[in-house]
Amino acid sequence: MSEPIIRVEDFTTGYGGKILLKDIAFTVERGEVFVILGGSGSGKSTLLKHMIGLYEPMSGKIVIDGDDIVTADGDARRAILKKIGVMYQSGALFGSMTLLENVRLPLEEYTSLDDEAMDLLARMKLKLVGLESFTGHMPSEISGGMQKRAAIARAMALDPTILFLDEPSAGLDPITSAELDQLVLRLARSLHITFVIVTHELASIYAVADRVIMLDKRTMGIIAEGDPKVLRDTSDNPWVRQFFRREATAEAA
Amino acid sequence: MEEIGRAALIVGRDLRTQIIFVGETAAALWNATRYPQSVRWKDVWYTCEQVGVNALPIVALISFLLGIILAFQSAVPMRQFGAEIFVADLIGLSILRELGPLMTAILLAGRSGAAFAAEIGTMKVNEELNALTTMGLDPVRFLVVTRILAALLMVPLLTLFADIIGILGGALTMLTFNIPIAAFLHEIDSLVDVKDLLAGLAKTPVFAILIAGIGCLRGLQTEQGASAVGISATRAVVSGIILLVVVDGIYAFVYYLLDV
Repeated sequence: MSEPIIRVEDFTTGYGGKILLKDIAFTVERGEVFVILGGSGSGKSTLLKHMIGLYEPMSGKIVIDGDDIVTADGDARRAILKKIGVMYQSGALFGSMTLLENVRLPLEEYTSLDDEAMDLLARMKLKLVGLESFTGHMPSEISGGMQKRAAIARAMALDPTILFLDEPSAGLDPITSAELDQLVLRLARSLHITFVIVTHELASIYAVADRVIMLDKRTMGIIAEGDPKVLRDTSDNPWVRQFFRREATAEAA
Repeated sequence: MEEIGRAALIVGRDLRTQIIFVGETAAALWNATRYPQSVRWKDVWYTCEQVGVNALPIVALISFLLGIILAFQSAVPMRQFGAEIFVADLIGLSILRELGPLMTAILLAGRSGAAFAAEIGTMKVNEELNALTTMGLDPVRFLVVTRILAALLMVPLLTLFADIIGILGGALTMLTFNIPIAAFLHEIDSLVDVKDLLAGLAKTPVFAILIAGIGCLRGLQTEQGASAVGISATRAVVSGIILLVVVDGIYAFVYYLLDV
């Protein structure tokens, strides 16, 4: 069995002295679609932001393809960041640039390709997500679902080995959300990209996840790990079963 | 007591952020002078258009009106002594040395400083700054350096433009006091020299760095929430104008000491 592509060890984080996640440890295997889920305020987006190097944890390691992103700086950090692509919840496309320019940006900064080659590569990435006829559009001129697909194209500009998606279904209708799930599966299976996705959309989880971890704000840790359908049917933890079966709490009922 | 402590903590944090920002910006600007090819010149020219070309009408209007007001305000009392012609010296000196650079800078702090804060603030709220960071791109190099360079190029040119239009406004006003334009300009030429023009223009690079730097800093400091961008834009204008006036005062004092 090959070495995991991501290894999180003894990870603890929080804000202003207050601990949010404590002693977290898990691995992500190469090529799998890995989902981090949990209720609101459980720290799943915070965990993702640590994994992409935006925040510094109180303690612990986050090893991405052999290098610890927590301690890396300068060129070592840039080398790690080159291996990952990120799609943010809002898409985070640069509003003053066209879709083509958005996808070209990482190529401009990391490669010495000429304009024509960069345009060609950027068009190829946009074609991969079905936006080849929208290259000249500004982000504000396309729908939310298209913005998220364009954000995936930009995240894939440098052919990363891992793609992180933060709440990809947020704000999308069920059909667009299902289309996005199909895109994730197609990219994962055909290009062998590892996906780490933060979401609490059950339909998406069942559609794409090979494996999930579930965070819980009461225990500040992982309360379940494995195949989502198996967890739904066999978990010993009532809260996990309740989450997967989308049942309201007794108090709310 | 607790509130004083909390306020001190906020001021301390703000100061720390400002020191880090100044350091990062200075390093990025130094890097830009060493490796000009690393600067995103396309963005610089685009910002030049926004800061410079698009500001021409408002700068022209305000400078022209300033020239008119100055001329009227000073010509009426000076007429009592038959000294209307000296209005030309007053206008020439005050516009070239003081009002041209300061009014242009204040206008740009309100217009471009607020725009920089709002643009960068919106980018922060939309996670575009996070996107830059995770692409390995430094937001300071990408957003701040381009804006400061554009301001450094445009503020001196706009100031020169404001000087000319302000004097023109004064000259046209003095026609109503029977002072021909040629006489007005000749009087300016007799007392005002290039040193006065340069004394005014020497302030503009510092003003440019203050306007763009504070606008960008306030944008980068934007918090989350619906009102955050508006608050950042307001803070950029208020702190920008205060600093401009303080720095202008320092220039006046230094010029006095150096007899400039």
